[in-house]
Amino acid sequence: MAQNSFVESTLVEINRTLEQSVFAEQIAREDGLLQRFDPRAKLIGILLLLIAVGSTHQLWVLGVFFVIVLLSAVLSKIPLWTFVKRVCLLVLLFTSLIALPALFLTPGPALWTLPGAVIITRTGAATAAFLLLRVTTSISLATLLILTTPWNDVLKAMGILHLPDVIVLILAMTYRYIHLLLHEANDMFTARKSRLLRPLPRAQERQLLGATGGVLLSKSLSLSSEVYLAMQSRGYHHYPRTLDDFQFHWWDGLMLIISLAVLLSVLFLA
Amino acid sequence: MKRLIQSIPAGMKLYYAVLVGWMLTTAMHIPDGYLSPVTCIVMFALVLPFWARGVKKLREKLNAKTAPLVALLAAFSFVIMMFNVPLPGGTTAHAVGGALIAIILGPEIATIAVSIALLIQAVFFGDGGILSFGANCFNMAVVLPYVSYAIYHAITKNVTITSKRRLWASALGAWAGLTVAAFFAAVEFGIQPALFHTADGTPLYAPYPLSVSIPAMVIPHALIASVVEALVTVAVVAYLLRANKPALQINQEAQAPAEVGGFARWRPLWITLGVLIVISPLGLLAPGTAWGEWGTEQFASLGLKFIPTGLASLSSLWSAPLPDYDLPALGNTNIGYILSAAVGIILIAIIAWLFTFLVTTGKKSSNNIAASQGK
Repeated sequence: MAQNSFVESTLVEINRTLEQSVFAEQIAREDGLLQRFDPRAKLIGILLLLIAVGSTHQLWVLGVFFVIVLLSAVLSKIPLWTFVKRVCLLVLLFTSLIALPALFLTPGPALWTLPGAVIITRTGAATAAFLLLRVTTSISLATLLILTTPWNDVLKAMGILHLPDVIVLILAMTYRYIHLLLHEANDMFTARKSRLLRPLPRAQERQLLGATGGVLLSKSLSLSSEVYLAMQSRGYHHYPRTLDDFQFHWWDGLMLIISLAVLLSVLFLA
Repeated sequence: MKRLIQSIPAGMKLYYAVLVGWMLTTAMHIPDGYLSPVTCIVMFALVLPFWARGVKKLREKLNAKTAPLVALLAAFSFVIMMFNVPLPGGTTAHAVGGALIAIILGPEIATIAVSIALLIQAVFFGDGGILSFGANCFNMAVVLPYVSYAIYHAITKNVTITSKRRLWASALGAWAGLTVAAFFAAVEFGIQPALFHTADGTPLYAPYPLSVSIPAMVIPHALIASVVEALVTVAVVAYLLRANKPALQINQEAQAPAEVGGFARWRPLWITLGVLIVISPLGLLAPGTAWGEWGTEQFASLGLKFIPTGLASLSSLWSAPLPDYDLPALGNTNIGYILSAAVGIILIAIIAWLFTFLVTTGKKSSNNIAASQGK
């Protein structure tokens, strides 16, 4: 019961998120293959590949993609086991359970008959394989981007997607304050936990949840006006500015051309 | 094939339906791979006007303080999604927080705040796909806040700020908002197998048809996830009523000069139209042609021995640019169908707009003249 308590499980979740983002920033500073690319080229390249993964009608294409993603993870000095664990855990916990009933529920010719006259259909097996491979490959592609690019660079790179500047500004601030609010929530829950002798009854837990959420919201609101005053006192004039020091090398262009070629060949050949 | 499905023991079907349902309740963040790229593009197109509206509101209605305010609330939405809400029976679940932000800041700003939280989740924490970002935003950042706010606003319209009615209004709004959002997610899942499959009928994306996906998504959401959303929303609103009432009035102050624009007034209509466009290829599942809409080549199959000569001569007068709502060049009937629906509605909208423009400009200018003369 103690492990199940709302305070503890929320604390675990908050700390896991903080840990994940610190881990990502660490990997992003390594000197690996993908870290050398211009973040803009990487963002567009991975978007093109994601569309290719989403569009293909061939299982083997998905398999090849996954192997290439794993190879690039190794070349980018991402610990392979951590990478696989992070990607596969998500897929195993979630998608495989969704894919499983499709084995039996999808109409089609029988592939294999289990005891109890339960039939796995050929189309069912194929559709489950499509779903699993596609989700795994998509998630691992996105994870590659996250792990090899510092957050500030991704944000600046998003400028080329023509996001309104006010959105880029808000995104940057949001990410910064997510960490602050996470620490804030962490402190509140730790403070509460340190004064507990035994788990709270459910009704009180819900009350605690409301109060913590409410305090957090009030803090967010008052903090937002403080942040605004701080911005104004430093000369913010309704226009956000960023330092742009990206360098576009020949290998960035090459990567973009390859990604585009892959997408086009998936769309029109496979 | 029907026999095959019937051969599955009924108990097992039920078990899996429950299992799928349970798993799908945590699936509001649709990962990449469940929806076809075409669906993703359509969903982006559906969210785009709401983003534009939110950004416009950010820039105009409220003052420059808005940027930090929205950033902090997006961060808040992100953090509240991490709260494990204790449920009866020892389980826990998560809330989205979209209803809460809509109640405090209005649905337009909530769309931006929740979208930003979702973007950070998708890009930096791998929660929810990047291609399916549009779909996730549509469900959680558009449907959820707008439905919640509409209900909350309708119930608390003429009520004082301290009224207890705000509590159950926010609970009901949040519950309905997430349940409707789950329904939309279910429709997005459910149209995949009929629209996108290989030649032998193997579904390429989410494998379950609407008949499975809608009950599997909506029932568990109505019973669990939406209850959690309602719990979190009402708990925080109750706290704000006790400790920070001005927070509940932010939107009311900002909205004082609110004028219902052309889009806002017809918003429900636009949303319905959008949904109808997306689900329009469902019609392909029905065999045959609509009664009375036969083409000349179909008369023979109806048992008619000859084609009326008038019809034969008239039918060749006009050849449609999108025959049978299909673009053969695309090689995919469903994409053609969705595009046809979108093109059709855009054309109708342009014609209607031109018509009203022509009719009302004369009126307006004469009104202006009358007004200036009156002065």
